[in-house]
Amino acid sequence: MEERRVTVEVNGDTKTAEVEPRLLLAHFLREALGLTGTHIGCDTTNCGACTVLFDGKPIKSCTMFAVQADGHEVTTVEGLSMASELHPVQEGFKEEHGLQCGFCTSGMMMTATALLEENPNPTEEDVRWALSGNLCRCTGYQNIVKSVLWAAEKMRSEGVVRR
Amino acid sequence: MYPSRFRYEAPRSLDEALDFLRVYGDEAKVLAGGQSLIPLIKLRFASIELVVDINNIPGLDYHRQESDGSLSFGALCRHVDLEHSELLRRSQPTMAAAAPLIADPIVRNRGTLVGSLCHADPQGDWASVMMALGGEIIAAGPGGRRTIPVSDFIMGPFQNALRPGEIAVEARVPAPKGAVSGNYLKLERRVGDFATVGVAVALETSGSTVSRAGIALTGVGPSNIQATAAEQALVGSALNANSIQQAGRLAAEAAQPKTDHRGSAEYKRHVVETFVTRALGSRGAVAA
Ligand SMILES: Cc1cc2nc3c(=O)[nH]c(=O)nc-3n(C[C@H](O)[C@H](O)[C@H](O)COP(=O)(O)OP(=O)(O)OC[C@H]3O[C@@H](n4cnc5c(N)ncnc54)[C@H](O)[C@@H]3O)c2cc1C
Ligand code: FES
Ligand code: FES
Repeated sequence: MEERRVTVEVNGDTKTAEVEPRLLLAHFLREALGLTGTHIGCDTTNCGACTVLFDGKPIKSCTMFAVQADGHEVTTVEGLSMASELHPVQEGFKEEHGLQCGFCTSGMMMTATALLEENPNPTEEDVRWALSGNLCRCTGYQNIVKSVLWAAEKMRSEGVVRR
Repeated sequence: MYPSRFRYEAPRSLDEALDFLRVYGDEAKVLAGGQSLIPLIKLRFASIELVVDINNIPGLDYHRQESDGSLSFGALCRHVDLEHSELLRRSQPTMAAAAPLIADPIVRNRGTLVGSLCHADPQGDWASVMMALGGEIIAAGPGGRRTIPVSDFIMGPFQNALRPGEIAVEARVPAPKGAVSGNYLKLERRVGDFATVGVAVALETSGSTVSRAGIALTGVGPSNIQATAAEQALVGSALNANSIQQAGRLAAEAAQPKTDHRGSAEYKRHVVETFVTRALGSRGAVAA
């Protein structure tokens, strides 16, 4: 079957590749680009482990074909930190013990990052609502919510909005 | 999971999309939000020759009020647009209540209202909402455009009334004749789960008299169910404790629930009655 040329801006870099239409974005990121921070948990559109930002909005990358990303911007967890400096959301997960096994964490952080860009001052309820499509089998969510609130506070105090 | 192979086209205009559908007929599938279609392709439940991705067609992402007061929703209007819609908050309480209850926030960023109606999942929430509102689908195809009431459009589980070669380009809610009120209540086991029971209620009143009533049920039958007898029990008089109770009972009778992992048939029927009475008692109302 014919391959298609796609050009995708991934974490700020322009990537061009020939892909089969059936290739999922999650596989494209992990296998073609080696960005294995994006996890595949359920592969059935339920868990959100594969969440990336597509033109700034969280989407499940196991439920989009790579060809659909042609001409769009994708941000993965690898794109959160700047040089060697962690993104406040990453720092928050470290400070507040927002992860145990870490499998859900990259998806959680992508959704949280998008939330904080839209709403820099979320309530606990806002955070829980925004993260309700990301499942975690370990933490019971309590520390994840604390991590995001920690990041929100830090970003407000530093006046940073960045991705 | 690796889907089987297919051809992919992402036309930039509706005409171009219709041309692909004409050539491929039954072998082609429209891709909108992909939140139902892609999981099916991955499970290889759907085997498809050609995927026609409509996401690159400009001008389909609108939702707006037309000059006659009707509401229209383009094929790329996504659940998230409706969740944040000021227009719905102002003018259409049943839809405003339903939007945040569809799937989960990440799925809502992609999935579309029109795609949901096309998918005709018997557990789908929007079909009940649209049935309660007397909504319509506008289909475009080789023979031009036609309008199909949602109650006829949903033909059965995962079956819609589109003919080969047609695309659903818009969903519509007719202009109300009276003051609008309504609600959508949904019982789900967790966020992102389909409804154990969903109830859509949409009323129009002139003075205190109910001039139009729409009640439709999700998750309690082989398709969404319009509770016609319950609707009729409300029209022509003012809402009161008696008529509300009667509507709840008639809606529960119209339900055809099955016992499954989400609950027993008896329990679901009970929830229908409770939700209909509760929704009638707690309708968001908007100015006429
Ligand atoms: C985890 C999860 C939870 C969910 N929970 C719910 C829920 O609680 N309630 C609910 O109602 N839904 C739920 N859904 C389904 C979701 O709402 C989908 O977005 C919706 O069913 C399909 O819309 P779509 O735009 O994604 O359509 P797609 O997946 O792109 O298409 C679905 C079908 O409709 C056809 N189609 C789509 N658009 C058109 C068009 N314009 N013209 C002709 N044919 C078209 C496609 O060919 C395909 O057959 C859930 C989905 C997931 C993954
Ligand atoms: S892997 Fe994509 S939602 Fe679970
Ligand atoms: S930390 Fe293990 S799944 Fe969330």
